[in-house]
Amino acid sequence: MAVQVTETTPAVALGPAVALSCRECGTRFDLGPIFACQECFGPLEVAYDLPSGDPESLRKQIEAGPNNIWRYAPLLPVPADVADKPNLNPGFTKLVKADNLARELGVTGGLYVKDDSGNPTHSFKDRVVAIAVEAARAFGFTTLSCSSTGNLAGAVGAAARRAGFKSCVFIPHDLEAGKVVMAAVYGGDLVGIEGNYDDVNRFCSELIGDPLGEGWGFVNVNLRPYYGEGSKTLAYEICEQLGWQLPDQIVIPIASGSQLTKIDKGLKELIALGLVEDKPYKIFGAQAEGCSPVSTAFKAGHDVVRPQKPNTIAKSLAIGNPADGPYVLDIARRTGGAVEDVNDEQVVDAIKLLARTEGIFAETAGGVTVGVTKKLIEDGLLDPTLTTVVLNTGDGLKTLDAVAPTSGPTATIRPDLDAFRAAGLTG
Amino acid sequence: MSVKVRIPTILRTYTGGEAEVVAEGATLSEVIADLEKNHQGIAARVLDDAGKLRRFVNVYVNDDDVRFEQGLETPTPDGAGISIIPAVAGGC
Repeated sequence: MAVQVTETTPAVALGPAVALSCRECGTRFDLGPIFACQECFGPLEVAYDLPSGDPESLRKQIEAGPNNIWRYAPLLPVPADVADKPNLNPGFTKLVKADNLARELGVTGGLYVKDDSGNPTHSFKDRVVAIAVEAARAFGFTTLSCSSTGNLAGAVGAAARRAGFKSCVFIPHDLEAGKVVMAAVYGGDLVGIEGNYDDVNRFCSELIGDPLGEGWGFVNVNLRPYYGEGSKTLAYEICEQLGWQLPDQIVIPIASGSQLTKIDKGLKELIALGLVEDKPYKIFGAQAEGCSPVSTAFKAGHDVVRPQKPNTIAKSLAIGNPADGPYVLDIARRTGGAVEDVNDEQVVDAIKLLARTEGIFAETAGGVTVGVTKKLIEDGLLDPTLTTVVLNTGDGLKTLDAVAPTSGPTATIRPDLDAFRAAGLTG
Repeated sequence: MSVKVRIPTILRTYTGGEAEVVAEGATLSEVIADLEKNHQGIAARVLDDAGKLRRFVNVYVNDDDVRFEQGLETPTPDGAGISIIPAVAGGC
């Protein structure tokens, strides 16, 4: 059981992290493997004693760091020597200047795609898992676990192998074959649960409270406060890659809403540290119509989110009861952004648009952000004259099913020139 | 109406460390009132000042999330299993 703290000396060494703090009521707890406030069940997040002093020397320290997320170790809940430990070392993925896509969408202020398909297991999940691995080490866990719709299971399996943990991950039993293979190939135990993702999540929450789960670090449950912080690195990288500048507008996918809230947290930290100039930025959230509890609440002017039963091809975003939904609404409204959704057909069209214009094959979540960006421009909510960053959080190879029915050979011919000529292809 | 209630780790200080307790009640609301009678302080952790389920608490009656049923008025048939779970989620 955690003890509420009154002073700031942490019992474990996780760099600048000093405590866990409840986002709802502000109660503080010692750093430990807990995720919900004992007072109000609110989510806990890491509180820091961030470096103070000359921003220029901190900027130089970061720039001299490794080409992965550990260059930002002074701003993360990880030990100072984290880069020397066995870890998948994700991050510092490409920020692609998408001029062709910008022309198609009429963006003149500069359009960029932050392409997180370049991570070790091809999704942004490697960032969050890398932080959770270090927390698991600090708390003495021996087994890494998670509930997953696919991407996370692979990221945990791979990170566990590299870092020397056992792993046991849980997925819905009826996942697409490709995702099951990607989760299983790294070894460790992979357990299919007869139910949907919410059932898997609930099962893991109960396992944590049982002696069966003792010594297990569930990256997205009892290590969640640390895990979530990994998404801050997207904000740091985007700003550094823009030459230490804030983007004017950023479009982020929403499942639980965690990533969007952490990117906002990261941007605010950079401003507070003097690493970027303080200026307004707008944060936009993107959902699929078949699972759009947050955009529905945003458009209705509500500040609470009514859960939905998901039905969309964007399965990595299919969380009907998003834990961070209310915070997303606050951030979108505070920054002057918006939350919008697109239907499955628009998601597929957007995946193909990005592939056709920039040579980037995005998973369905990337189709959602690109599709929503297009819609926001058409609706006049996103200003095409401003610098805009769109997130692609995973590789299209993970969600081949979404585009397979409408993607195939232009022609199938005999291997001779006459047949090729007859097909009328000009290249 | 006797039901079994699974208690999350953070509420076990109220149940003397028990992970599962028996409670009485025909609806979730009655079950929570009965829990409070025997484990004083637990209701204030689960319900907010207005008497509604707290935003970050999920309650299941026989595998059904009560937010998709009738909330605190969801019937709790004899022998039902009830789980109280802090809200967490994956995805981005």
